[in-house]
Amino acid sequence: MYDVIIIGAGVCGAAVARELSRYQAKVCVMEKEEDVCCGTSKANSAIVHAGYDAVTGSLKAKLNVRGNEMMGELSKELDFPFERNGSLVLCFNEDEMPNLQELYDRGVANGVKELRILSKEEVLRMEPNVTDDVYAALYAPTGGIVCPFGLNIALAENACANGVEFHFNTEVTEIRKVDEGYELQTNKGAFQTKYVVNAAGVYADKFHNMVSGNKIHITARRGDYCLLDKEAGKHVSKTIFALPGKLGKGILVTPTIHGNLLIGPTAVNVEDKEGVNTTAEGLAQVIEKAGMSVHNIPTRQVITSFAGLRAHEDGDDFIIGEVEDAKGFIDCAGIESPGIASSPAIGEMAAEILKEKMGLKKKDNFISARQGIKNPNTLSKEERNALIKENPAYGNIICRCEMITEGEIIDAIRRPLGAKSLDGVKRRTRAGMGRCQSGFCSPRTMEILARECDMSMFDITKSGGESKLVVGTNKDTV
Amino acid sequence: MKNYDIVIVGGGPAGLAAAVSAKQNGVDSILILERDKELGGILNQCIHNGFGLHTFKEELTGPEYAERFIRQVQDLGIEFKLNTMVMEISENRVVTAMNREDGLFDLQAKAVILAMGCRERARGALNIPGYRPAGIYSAGTAQRLVNMEGYMPGREVVILGSGDIGLIMARRMTLEGAKVKVVAELMPYSGGLKRNIVQCLDDYGIPLKLSHTVVDIKGKERVEGVTLAQVDENSRPIPGTEEFYSCDTLLLSVGLIPENEISRGMGVEINPVTSGPKVNESLETNMEGVFACGNVLHVHDLVDFVSEEAAAAGRNAAAYVKTVSLGTESTRQSDRKTDEEYLAERIPDKAAEQEICLIPTSGVRYTVPSTIRVSHMDEHLTVRFRVGNVYKNCYVSAYFDEKRVIHRKRQVVAPGEMEELKLTKEQILQYPNLKTITIKIEEA
Repeated sequence: MYDVIIIGAGVCGAAVARELSRYQAKVCVMEKEEDVCCGTSKANSAIVHAGYDAVTGSLKAKLNVRGNEMMGELSKELDFPFERNGSLVLCFNEDEMPNLQELYDRGVANGVKELRILSKEEVLRMEPNVTDDVYAALYAPTGGIVCPFGLNIALAENACANGVEFHFNTEVTEIRKVDEGYELQTNKGAFQTKYVVNAAGVYADKFHNMVSGNKIHITARRGDYCLLDKEAGKHVSKTIFALPGKLGKGILVTPTIHGNLLIGPTAVNVEDKEGVNTTAEGLAQVIEKAGMSVHNIPTRQVITSFAGLRAHEDGDDFIIGEVEDAKGFIDCAGIESPGIASSPAIGEMAAEILKEKMGLKKKDNFISARQGIKNPNTLSKEERNALIKENPAYGNIICRCEMITEGEIIDAIRRPLGAKSLDGVKRRTRAGMGRCQSGFCSPRTMEILARECDMSMFDITKSGGESKLVVGTNKDTV
Repeated sequence: MKNYDIVIVGGGPAGLAAAVSAKQNGVDSILILERDKELGGILNQCIHNGFGLHTFKEELTGPEYAERFIRQVQDLGIEFKLNTMVMEISENRVVTAMNREDGLFDLQAKAVILAMGCRERARGALNIPGYRPAGIYSAGTAQRLVNMEGYMPGREVVILGSGDIGLIMARRMTLEGAKVKVVAELMPYSGGLKRNIVQCLDDYGIPLKLSHTVVDIKGKERVEGVTLAQVDENSRPIPGTEEFYSCDTLLLSVGLIPENEISRGMGVEINPVTSGPKVNESLETNMEGVFACGNVLHVHDLVDFVSEEAAAAGRNAAAYVKTVSLGTESTRQSDRKTDEEYLAERIPDKAAEQEICLIPTSGVRYTVPSTIRVSHMDEHLTVRFRVGNVYKNCYVSAYFDEKRVIHRKRQVVAPGEMEELKLTKEQILQYPNLKTITIKIEEA
């Protein structure tokens, strides 16, 4: 019997787990995929929004501003990459100025600090590659960029270090109210728990509706993105938005925390909650619309494209709290943008609710800090040599594009909640995330995985399940 | 910090041939830095034959071809370090490298030869839509898995791109027991050698679909199939021509890009057409004492020409080192000149000496080299270039300023086959004050 089962090891599930791990409780996270950060959390703009977008008074507004405030400290505590690069919302003619002003006013009302409206000249001085037809812009210095994998993994690892259990490849199929709480049926058997946190992303409606008569409905809203080579990474320094439209914040142009350039997303409602396929139209739209805000984007330098699904709830706000007709069942549902930015605050809020309900007591041995995978590229020559002397694997470059060493890959595999697949290694170390997109390093990373996990090469996957990378040996069917 | 006369970045065919040639031209202090666990570079995974017809007048496999050069390197006692990654090179030719044993270390080189080769373009370069499952490999990655490690990446294969590696892998996968369903090529012509189309596709009945591309990839975990469509003259898919192929593997052979991250980092000027350094007749980049050869300079079709080009780079680097060394070791001591002063006397000022510009136009996409200093020219100079389209019954012409000097009839020239022209010093000296040599394709 668990005290709390959290469904979903995305950024929200991990944030709730980490906050709950401060208290004396038996907590478990159930994730249908093989790793943390496999759904919406891994494929998004990775923006820590400032908080001027959402309607004042909404949970989105409140948690975004709070989450943004928390992110700086959290990134130091949990050692993941985050930077306040600032964001600009562009407006292209005088007629749009009231909309820009409205955004400014809303930002102020939401508690966003340091907002300013910039003239065309100021914008172009700040960002010379913004198109000349810019008229004015809203500047939010507190806007930031984060490594979405880094954030999610850091939260989960820290929760794990504080005693939270993680069950991967465990898909919840049914939830039943029982006397003391809930019984969850999974492909790995039944589990009893007093409380449930529903952090299931695009599937949160499915689980909510299993226990509640007040149905919610989540639409998977797909967004296509293109990621460009690091050579294009300095094309803009701030995150560039156009004025928001009906389906979201429109197509942005931003540097990523690792120095690439990211453009996207589109916004298309799809039926399939696993429908993360890009489309030709979507990618064309991304390139076209991005070019309307920023000129001369070197789109020939696209190294990969991907799509993610936002979990859009019909009510257009986050749903966080105990479900009225299902006591002990806590929703963290409808988490779309600004979900990444809000995630630390979502974790805090959900944990606070549970603490009150359950009368949770603080642990006295809570470990608040977590150390990430050591990045030798940030070390001095002397420090680096000391590291190699101690562990020669740090002298062996595996991923040539991102200059990732064997030492980092081994660390990613061996640490708690370590990587089990090629994508798991990639999200933790960036090996395979560079310009050759794992052409050179994948066979070598596969070997390291096989060796470290004592697995056969035939069982090494790209991302768990049936995503096997090699299917046999030469001539085995001849 | 250790000193070397010549540091060669890369121990593939280019680096090996450059090292041998530099040694044979009188330089002893040479170091090859190789990132892989053995010398030979990508040849080690090219186990098919067809190498060496020009160089050795016999047909060798890739590893055999590499072995010939590795033997020479060993016999000549040329130093090399394996599993060693060059991290960066300073503009003063301090090479920073790293490996497990030595950690991060610096070397001072009088001359550097860039021979890092190239990498394959990935799916993103074509922005192919669809899912991102396992089973999508670049052809070279699949080649490594199959030929060096003995693993089959899949059983039912579609190949996009008819570059040589794609063609070679169509045959290899077939021989290893896979079913290669089709090779699709975006362009209306193949990017590979004619002989490879015959020997790798035709002989095995594998269809080649020109003017076709992949418009969708199906499969959430592992590839389940791809959709091909015909494209129009602007490479845009034509609606209604879509055709689904079920398969578990998609191999991409959609172009090679010279790996010049280190070159760029040290300030080497890059030709946007080749993605390789701009070089003069000595294969020297805009950075003095920094030479380039092989696929890092421009992508070749045949390793024989890589070896030939690299030998020239090695010879020229050796000549450069001797020029510099004369100054630093003997003369300099007597007349107390600095390196800079001495070099200023020995090597004519780059600006003062007239450079002849090679201009590619009318169907010619680029030339290597892109400039010629007549004073530094050998008796013969090979100018290599590629055309941008297929031309039949045409002429390859070279104009010395306005005057047509070379006019050679060709039955067919194609983008997939590198072309060359030989210029002689004697020929050029007949045109004093020559400013440009224009190379073009002329219709018959």
